[in-house]
Amino acid sequence: MKRPELVCPAGTPAALRTAVEAGADAVYCGFQNATNARNFPGLNFTPEEMQASVAHAHEHGTKVLLAVNTFPTAGRFNLWREAVDMGAKFGVDAFIVADIGVADYVKRTYPNIRLHLSVQAAASSPEAIRYYAREFGVKRVVLPRILTVPEIKKLAGEIPCEIETFIFGNHGLMVEGRCSLTNYVTGLSTNMDGVCSPAADVHYDKQPDGSVTTRLADFTIDSFAPDEQAGYPTICKGRYNAPNRPDAYYAFEEPISLNLSGLLPALIEAGVDAFKIEGRQRSRAYVKSAVSAFRKAVDSILAGQEPELADLLALTEGQKQTEGAFKTKKWR
Amino acid sequence: MHDAATPPAARPGLTRFLPPMPLFLLQPILKRIVARVARENPSLFNRLGPHKTARFVIDPLGLPFGLLLIPNPEALTFRAFHRRAEPESDARIGGKFLDLMGLLDGGADGDALFFSRDLDVTGNTEAVVCLRNALDDVEGSIAESVAGMFGPPGRATLAGLRRMAAKKGDHA
Repeated sequence: MKRPELVCPAGTPAALRTAVEAGADAVYCGFQNATNARNFPGLNFTPEEMQASVAHAHEHGTKVLLAVNTFPTAGRFNLWREAVDMGAKFGVDAFIVADIGVADYVKRTYPNIRLHLSVQAAASSPEAIRYYAREFGVKRVVLPRILTVPEIKKLAGEIPCEIETFIFGNHGLMVEGRCSLTNYVTGLSTNMDGVCSPAADVHYDKQPDGSVTTRLADFTIDSFAPDEQAGYPTICKGRYNAPNRPDAYYAFEEPISLNLSGLLPALIEAGVDAFKIEGRQRSRAYVKSAVSAFRKAVDSILAGQEPELADLLALTEGQKQTEGAFKTKKWR
Repeated sequence: MHDAATPPAARPGLTRFLPPMPLFLLQPILKRIVARVARENPSLFNRLGPHKTARFVIDPLGLPFGLLLIPNPEALTFRAFHRRAEPESDARIGGKFLDLMGLLDGGADGDALFFSRDLDVTGNTEAVVCLRNALDDVEGSIAESVAGMFGPPGRATLAGLRRMAAKKGDHA
């Protein structure tokens, strides 16, 4: 049985060390700027921190995958070039990219460093993936969270590169890499500035009855009753009033997290090479719990045992979890 | 500036009937705690970016006082205030004492506490996110470091609080 790589998130050097200690095979992280899709305030790595963190990970046999997975606009390419150059200098094991200009720069400048295609590229067809593999030497594709396990299995036989799938964390799929909802509301882009729902535009208003209203800029996204579970303040997880609907409803997506712990054997059997845990914006405590749980589960499966699946519900958005499209296209 | 929170008269629990706590006993301890954390973790301030001078009110629900934090390395402030005299703030973070301690202990996830409605955040969200990320990057446990300042009694207290937090988690 193929041993899938466990790819884990790190938003800070401390989180990276936590992930390494908890059994990550690889850690993915980014610099403190728009070159990665988790460009949140106070998060990510300075060049000095990245250099030290790569060294720490390698000392413990863990790979570091550098997320350079946003889309540079005209005149801003230097920032992405610098990020790639620094990553190469520090010895990262792979670049996670979405933009063809960045992919082309890595291929031409650092042909010996692996290229992984980010979920932000939203490549899900064999034709698209084969194009990235052929033109840029992409070694692994991170699949959008829209395919069933049988579809992934079929795809694995049709593409010349490895497959990485998300197994836990945020379930904000939409059309990954092409969502402009935040841009529409705040002027900042998830795809080009790396910020989905910039914190400066997020407001929580607590009402006298204990309910909380969530706003992004001038748009009300949701209102949670005093005893109701909450979700992230993103437009795609908002609850809206609409014509012909008696009550407000989740028009796009619900506040819910992906949890594929029950599908791990099927995913391995389908030919998945790497399992990704989402959550660079989360705490060390989250990293420790999620990475430890999935390390244990994967190792049990590889040893031919029934996997012990830790209860991760407390870490999920809205305290709800789903197997999403991996289980069925009718998950909503 | 952010408005002061619920007035004390509207607060549930016994604390509203208790005489005001002599906070002057607490202030030097809080000052020592924040000075130590700052001294041991100077890089913490870099993650705060422009929010070093933000005024954070921390509201440990169930305790008879609140806390004001201004994480400015040039003029560090961490002091307790009576609930009837809450200072103005840029952001306000409220939660049960054990949950807030869990965040400082590296054992709790802020997002999960927010999802379960055990953590309330109002005011400048960006400042709160910066503070959260800065504290989360501190190596080891801030709670443990603070407990260590008070020797064996401090460590015993922390161990007791951790047991209570674990018990609470089991029943959550």
